[in-house]
Amino acid sequence: MNKAVAEKKSFAGVITNAPYFLWAAIFIVVPLFVVVYYAFTDDTGAFTWGNITDLGDYADTFLISVLYSVIATVITLVIAYPFAYFLSKCKASSQKIQMMLVMLPMWMSLLIRTYSLTQLIESNGIINSIITSWGLEPLEMINTPGAVIMGMVYNYLPYMILPIYTAISKIHPSLLEAAEDLGCNGFNKIRRLVMPMSMPGVVSGIIMVFVPSVSTFYISQKLGGTIRLVGDVIETQMKNSKYHIGASMSLVLMVFILISLAIMNKFSDDDGGMIV
Amino acid sequence: MSKNKLIDLNNITVSFDGETILDNLSLSIEDGEFVTLLGASGCGKTTTLRIIAGFIEPDSGDVFFDGKRINGVPPYRRHVNTIFQRYALFPNYNVYDNVAFGLRVSKVPENEIKERVMEMLELVGLKGYDKRKVDKLSGGQQQRVAIARAVVNRPKVLLLDEPLAALDYKLRKDMQSELKRIQRQLGITFIFVTHDQEEALSMSDKIVVMNGGKIQQIGTPTDIYNEPVNAFVADFIGESNIVDGVMLGDYRVKIDGREFKCLDTGFGKYEPVDVVIRPEDVDIVPLDSEKAMLTGEVTSVTFKGVHYEIIIDVCGFKWLIQTTDISYVGEKVGVYIEPDAIHIMKKSEYSGTFGDYSSFSDDMDPEGEDGESSEEGDE
Amino acid sequence: MKKRLSPLSGAFMGIVYTFLYAPIVVMIIFSFNSAKSTTNFEGFSLKWYEELFRKPEVIQALLNTLILALASAAIATVLGTLAAVGINMIKNKRISSGMMMVTNIPMMNPDIVTGVSLMLLFVFVGRLIGASEMLSFTTLLIAHVTFNLPYVILNVLPKIKGMDGSLVEAAMDLGCTPVKAFFKVVLPEIMPGIFSGALMAFTLSLDDFVISYFTSGADFQTLPLYMYSITRKNVKPDLYALSTIVFIVILLLLLLSNVIQIKSEKKNINKK
Repeated sequence: MNKAVAEKKSFAGVITNAPYFLWAAIFIVVPLFVVVYYAFTDDTGAFTWGNITDLGDYADTFLISVLYSVIATVITLVIAYPFAYFLSKCKASSQKIQMMLVMLPMWMSLLIRTYSLTQLIESNGIINSIITSWGLEPLEMINTPGAVIMGMVYNYLPYMILPIYTAISKIHPSLLEAAEDLGCNGFNKIRRLVMPMSMPGVVSGIIMVFVPSVSTFYISQKLGGTIRLVGDVIETQMKNSKYHIGASMSLVLMVFILISLAIMNKFSDDDGGMIV
Repeated sequence: MSKNKLIDLNNITVSFDGETILDNLSLSIEDGEFVTLLGASGCGKTTTLRIIAGFIEPDSGDVFFDGKRINGVPPYRRHVNTIFQRYALFPNYNVYDNVAFGLRVSKVPENEIKERVMEMLELVGLKGYDKRKVDKLSGGQQQRVAIARAVVNRPKVLLLDEPLAALDYKLRKDMQSELKRIQRQLGITFIFVTHDQEEALSMSDKIVVMNGGKIQQIGTPTDIYNEPVNAFVADFIGESNIVDGVMLGDYRVKIDGREFKCLDTGFGKYEPVDVVIRPEDVDIVPLDSEKAMLTGEVTSVTFKGVHYEIIIDVCGFKWLIQTTDISYVGEKVGVYIEPDAIHIMKKSEYSGTFGDYSSFSDDMDPEGEDGESSEEGDE
Repeated sequence: MKKRLSPLSGAFMGIVYTFLYAPIVVMIIFSFNSAKSTTNFEGFSLKWYEELFRKPEVIQALLNTLILALASAAIATVLGTLAAVGINMIKNKRISSGMMMVTNIPMMNPDIVTGVSLMLLFVFVGRLIGASEMLSFTTLLIAHVTFNLPYVILNVLPKIKGMDGSLVEAAMDLGCTPVKAFFKVVLPEIMPGIFSGALMAFTLSLDDFVISYFTSGADFQTLPLYMYSITRKNVKPDLYALSTIVFIVILLLLLLSNVIQIKSEKKNINKK
């Protein structure tokens, strides 16, 4: 290309790219380095491994965070997959409306959703008042691990349904007909065709449920009583200006999630790899 | 007609990502001509057009317009307008606003715009369509809007990038004569890009046959058809049998061990040459006829409506013959060729690659290669 | 012919919908409770709505949320559209995919990490310049623009890539400078993408709690932050009233965006 024109074009490219480039550098990239800086320094600014080794005290917290979110993700998947499959079998007009119904809670504040759940399962909440009105013993629901997991499932279920539904509804009907033509019965059709082809949706659903679950702090605060997850610890540390521990925990959380994402992506690339 | 050079391309070379698209190409275009750049996909014809339009700057070489060098002049300051392959009508404007676009950009007074737009719509046969949305128009009508939108600016040159490729056969025929009429009426230069040899032959004053980033031949449609310079051109324009021959002297050529009379002179004695014989110029005669110059066996007969297409194996070389007389597969026949049906060409890099019908199929028909997508950059 | 759903799968879907909506429905019902109880419904009344609007801090938080959402969506839309145009112009695949990777970071990272990292940046800068309190409306706005940007870019970029490239060339061929061609031809074409990106940025900003929680100062409280602070204490049904209002506003926004989507789809169908 002629030099003058090439220069003009690259000049235009610089002008349009520069503002976002700067913004992304300062407010996306640099903050990650600041997290690393805080994670490896003490109050005087000297290098230390102390913040990372201190995390040993929080091993239990990490463990239960991961455990609860894995359980919640599995439950979500078990509910969402058949739901999405049935949804894709509904009439086209009803599918649109149902999609909106699924998405509506997603657009509502997590605070509202979680809070509205507490009033149902509180010790003197709606469910218990119904149970006691039948003359039964009230259930111990809130402030248990089950409540936290239920909160995760409740809050993030739409995030699982949506991508799976999208993936399933993308499967062309002629493929299903071809499968039937080749002798697949209903179950085989799902196992051999629908499931493998909807894998990308399942993977992104798992990511979209697991990542916010493992990093939440509001759900555990409202539903878990004394149960503390990684998010709770980070929140307390940061709000009490203990930036170094907060940073090291955030860093570990971020690295853990990046590794999980990489593993998930490998699963979806292998294609044959079944998670279900 | 007073002919002065309007566009001059001198030694243009263009390459993308290390691949040479145009290789030292030089071309002059005169005022008022209908010039067609003809070639298969990837031959560089669209790139040549885009250099004239200003969308691509050559790596080296000069572009002259009306005697002035215009390298580096951006498209919006050039006195040329383009008809794009898929018309590129602005979907957010109606027909009138599309046609008025260029005039409004150059701040022509609104009353003059109205007059000129209406005049143009009439010229392209779209009177009364001015308030229509462009996406509500048929392909042919969109094409007409694209023409009006370009020529309303009174360009000296109109560039047309495969404008008829998206239309169906019948509409394409109509638009061919329509374009020709508009060109005559306006008297401006049209540079037309196509891969369709029939289109090129029927519309152009001058055809530029391109291949591999180089110009193979420039000439009138009859020149190109009757006097192809090499095997590539002979094969690309129409059907041809291209056989090896040796010149025995002026007016004498030896093919398959037999001497033929021809009309060509100026070759060296015993110079190996390519001999082009069009399938419609070959006659089938009885084996024992004294007119039988070569003999062979019929290997295939296909009915084509107007004529039969017959393949005859002559000493291992398959000849394609178009004739109204039927023959039968397996029949041994004689072949007769008039001296004026024989056209001699110098040997070239294309010798031996074209003109044998031993693996004849429709896939090898140059018309089958559609589109020019490879030249549009990797967007 | 589509087979009908079996009653069993229909029942399953019903249960899931009940699970999703029971808490919300209960909340809406109790927002109209005449008593203070959040478990016993004693009669219909609007008193909690009245009480809500008598609280100046609620009105202030509502206004703040709207100001923040509008400002951050506006900045993110302009910046993001410019970025999408720019990224589309980058010919070098390495650079453009690098830009896209950075763009994806705020979407892949959990909100808490984005919030913490921005908070630490502000704290760090504050320490450098010796300011005691860095967190303010400005930092909150920066944070919101930052997490809104990727959504704008991802809405606009496909529209630019999907645009017929010869439209710009046609405009330039007809005398437009590249800048003029952008405003006359490109902008109208990518407007639906810009609009849906802006709408998404606006709703995300309205909704955000976690990132705001770490990057806001004491001077500027948004609705989610206000809700958070009162759900730590004993809750009265006025929070239900507030939540119901938010629910209805979001319902309307969602309907609006659906209508716009259907309209643009219809337009596309007509084009073909």
